[in-house]
This record gives sequence, C-alpha cells and structure tokens, in this order.
Amino acid sequence: MINASLKELSAALAAKQLSSVELAGLFLDRIERLNPLLNAFITVDRERSLAMAREADARIARGESGPLTGIPVAHKDIFCAEGWLTSCGSKMLSNFVSPYDATVIERFKAAGTVTLGKTNMDEFAMGSSNETSFYGPVKNPWDTAAVPGGSSGGSAAAVSARLTPAATGTDTGGSIRQPAALCGLTGLKPTYGVVSRWGMIAFASSLDQGGPMAKSAEDCALLLNAMAGFDERDSTSLERPAEDYARDLDKPLAGLRIGLPKEFFAEGLSADVAQAVEAAIAEYRRLGAVAVNISLPNMKLSVPAYYVIAPAEASSNLSRFDGVRYGWRAPQYGDLADMYCKSRAQGFGAEVKRRILIGTYVLSHGYYDAYYLQAQRIRRLIAADFAEAFKSCDLIMGPTSPSVAFGLGAKAGDPVQMYLSDIYTIAINLAGLPGMSIPCGTGARNLPVGLQIIGDYFGEARMLNAAHQYQLATDWHRRAPAL
Amino acid sequence: MPYDTLLRFAILVPRTMSLSLDQVQRIADLARIELAPGEAEQTRDQLNGIFALIEEMQAVNTAGVAPMAHAQDVAQRLREDRAVETDRHADFQEVAPEVEAGLYLVPRVIE
Repeated sequence: MINASLKELSAALAAKQLSSVELAGLFLDRIERLNPLLNAFITVDRERSLAMAREADARIARGESGPLTGIPVAHKDIFCAEGWLTSCGSKMLSNFVSPYDATVIERFKAAGTVTLGKTNMDEFAMGSSNETSFYGPVKNPWDTAAVPGGSSGGSAAAVSARLTPAATGTDTGGSIRQPAALCGLTGLKPTYGVVSRWGMIAFASSLDQGGPMAKSAEDCALLLNAMAGFDERDSTSLERPAEDYARDLDKPLAGLRIGLPKEFFAEGLSADVAQAVEAAIAEYRRLGAVAVNISLPNMKLSVPAYYVIAPAEASSNLSRFDGVRYGWRAPQYGDLADMYCKSRAQGFGAEVKRRILIGTYVLSHGYYDAYYLQAQRIRRLIAADFAEAFKSCDLIMGPTSPSVAFGLGAKAGDPVQMYLSDIYTIAINLAGLPGMSIPCGTGARNLPVGLQIIGDYFGEARMLNAAHQYQLATDWHRRAPAL
Repeated sequence: MPYDTLLRFAILVPRTMSLSLDQVQRIADLARIELAPGEAEQTRDQLNGIFALIEEMQAVNTAGVAPMAHAQDVAQRLREDRAVETDRHADFQEVAPEVEAGLYLVPRVIE
C-alpha cells in the first residue's frame, strides 16, 4: 500500500478495501518510526489528521468523493494551515499557529485530502540542502549521511521514504525540482501564476511558485488539478480556464521535439549525472522523440541575476517580521528600534540574514540601477533565450542538478558553492516557465539522478505527458530506498 | 559559463567591489538586524564572496532591454471596493507577542 499510486489508493478507498482512517494510520505509524531518523516533519498531529480522515470516510460513504478524497498529503511548512504550527523552518515563526488556511491548503481540503503533517524545509525556503532549518537538517532516505536537497527537502524525504504518498513544495530557484532529483521523485514547478501564492509565506514574490511532489507524473497531474486555479486574493494569479493536467498523459511521443541546451551539458556537470541523463534522452528517442540541439546563451547569468532579485524581494518580504504582530520577540530590549534589531537578529538564521543584507544593499540608494534593474534586464534576456529555443522544440531536457546528493555539511560553510548547485534550475524561475524533475537513473554511491523537463508557458500537460510515457517504459520512479 | 568556471570566478577573480566593515554595519542597521560583536567581519567576507559572483552581471550590455518584473506581462487587477473579510482580529492577535485591549504593545515611541 505504501508504494501504491494515488489512483490505486483512490480505487481502494472507493472499493472500501480500506478506510481513509486506516490509510492515514498506516502512514502516521511510518512517520512515528522513521521520522526520528530523517527529520522530514516539523509537525505531526495524529488526532487532527485522523479527524480529517474520518471526515473523508464520511464523504466517501455519502458518495461525494473526488479523485483525492481520503488521500494523505504532507504540506511544506511554508503553507499556512489553520490550527497548525506554520514555522517556515524558522525560529522567527516557531510559535506561529496559523489562524487561516493558504489557498493551496483550502483547495486540498475541498478535495478531501488528509493533512499528514507539516514538512521540514530550509529556513524561509532559502537553501539547497535543507541544512538551514531551525529544526535541524533533513536526511536523504537513500543515504542518511547525504542531504535531501532543498528547500523542500522535508517533503522530498517524506515521499521518498514512503512516509506520505504525496506532498506539496515550493520552488523559487529549484526548491521542488532539486530535492525531487536528489531523493528520486517526480516534482513539478508550474508556470508562474498557475498556483496561488496566497497564504504561502513569501520569499521572492516574482519567482515563488507552489507545486506537487510525488512518486510519478500521473500522481503529480492529479495533485496539480487540485492545487492550480485562479485566486483573486493573489494579485499575480492568472485568470485562465481550469485545465485537466492529466488529459494528455496517454498521448504517444512520436515526433516530440526535445531541445538539448549545450549549456546544460558543458563543463561542471558530473559524469555520472551526464551518463544517466543521456541514457534518458536515448530512451525518449526510442519512444519516438527527436532531439534538437539548442542554446541558452545567457543561462550563465541566471545565478548572478537570481542572487540580486531573490534577496532584494526577500529583504522586502521579510521586513514584516518585526516582533510586533506575530513571530519571535526578543525577551529583552531597549527602545522600539532595539526591539526590531534584536528580535530579527535572534529570530533569523545566518543564511536568511545574509540574504536580507544582500537585498537591503542592492535596493539601497545609489545601487538600485546597477543591481536590481540590471538583474531584471538580464531576466528578460534569459526569457528571450527560452522563447527563441521553443521555436525549434516542444520541450527542453537536461540535468536537474549538477551532481547527485552531496554529503551533509559538504557545502554548508560556503554560500557561493551552495548557490551554484541550482545552476540548471534558476533560469526557469527567472523566465517564469514550468519545470519538473523525474528520476532517470542512479549515479555515484547509487544515488538517484533527476532529468529536468522544461516546458513553454502553460505546457504542464505536455511535460506530464512526456514524463508519464517515460515512466511507462522505465521503472526508475518505482525504486524506493531501503529503510 | 559552466559551473566550475563560475566557481573559479567567484573565488579567484579580483573583487571589483568590496564592502567595508562600516558599510556592512550600515546595511545591517538599514535591515534592522543587530550584528553580534565580531559577526560583522565574517558577514563582510561572505557578502564579498557573493558580490563577486553577482559582479559578472555588470559586464553585460543591456542597453535598450526593458526590465522584466514578472514573467507574465499582466496588468494589475483591481477588485470591487467592498468589504469581503470578516472581523477576526481576536484570532489574529492571538499570535502576537503582546496585546492589550485589541492593541499591539510596543515600547513607548513618544514621551
């Protein structure tokens, strides 16, 4: 049952082979047993989860269930969920029990899913290894001495270890795709504006996007159907007709044009990752796709531009944490300014402070044009590269991460080296395109390798189609760590 | 530029911009973050490493390129001017550090 797809789980619930309460109990027991080893969850609340499961069972009994009713889902601790501690991995919010639901949580509740808990993450989603969490690092279930990736590392480890059938994540520069790759999962970051950001604690508002993390493309399609949709409370939410993201799963891939950017396969890519990705492309050729060589000449500028734009927006977003309305307040302080300075110094961890300082500097008087405006111009050049590339291909493929999961602590002391682990994912956020990662093999130390699939705007159904067809022909996505 | 070269760039290229300790302190003041004694130096070194990475951007000629704020060029949506939220201030203030009579308490600002 722990390896079953969402469709199989839903069928089992509908056929009364098991109840939602039993299903939730099964996963809660696994969490109880394995979370001490992995630290994937910040909050688990068995009673609250079982109450939701009872409600789902009643709904199923009344014949009012949908495709996700009764299915357990874990949520990244960045999504505000009423009555649940919503810490965002930070001491700053370590006392914040949310008084309201994020739109994503509301939508999952409406679909009848059962919240299994809130997953660990890099503090305020700033990190690529899940080592910046106030609640301690998450371990990779494939190798507990390695990182799970970040920032949605808790969600990735939880799905990978089969502590939950599915989870939510958020992706600002790779935070769904990179941990999905490092933990052997399927994860999708939608087109910017497809999933509501309301109630999702903001890091870099023009880049942040929520998305599903699960065992397969088919599961991700069902989850995205629940998550996506216009929300008038998010000013950047896109007003578009509802889509069934699973509609194209079964289409054959004959004639699909796959763009291979030469920049993705250049110096810097580990040989083991390159080999697995190339084997995946060969499999796509067997499935009828054709490979096209493309170039994204400005991709090299994505990391520098990102480390201006994301910290600038973060410094602005995180100014709300001042110890007045919510969050940490220093126990001792002098005047108001001192209360702000001490509360923020104590409430934020080192990486968050670093990014706030970078952002404050690049937005400060006299530097705005040289940094923020220049970064936004480069952002347009990067988006234009993708527009040009999509004239000759339908999807772009390459590695998600330059290497398999690295060791805990290996990059923790060197922010620049950590930032470069998102070299293949950041450009997609800057352009606002959808991207996903699917497992496509193993590399060094037998650890999973992720294949990144990038679509044109609103190309999610096509990406999921390509991912699903690959998953019908291969079994990398079925492999689970021995725990 | 591949990953390795970027990394070399970040580490080896002479810093075209380097923050002083005073500047770091000023940024921290602006950001309302107190730096512990001795913390400024380590912070400066890390920020300088990150700025070396960022500096690569400066060499690019972007004359005539319009800045891109959001991925989709959509106009700001306006909503009808009517109250849609219910009054839940008691719930919201429950998570505040210090509240009295429906007000957030902070140190006295005006004597």
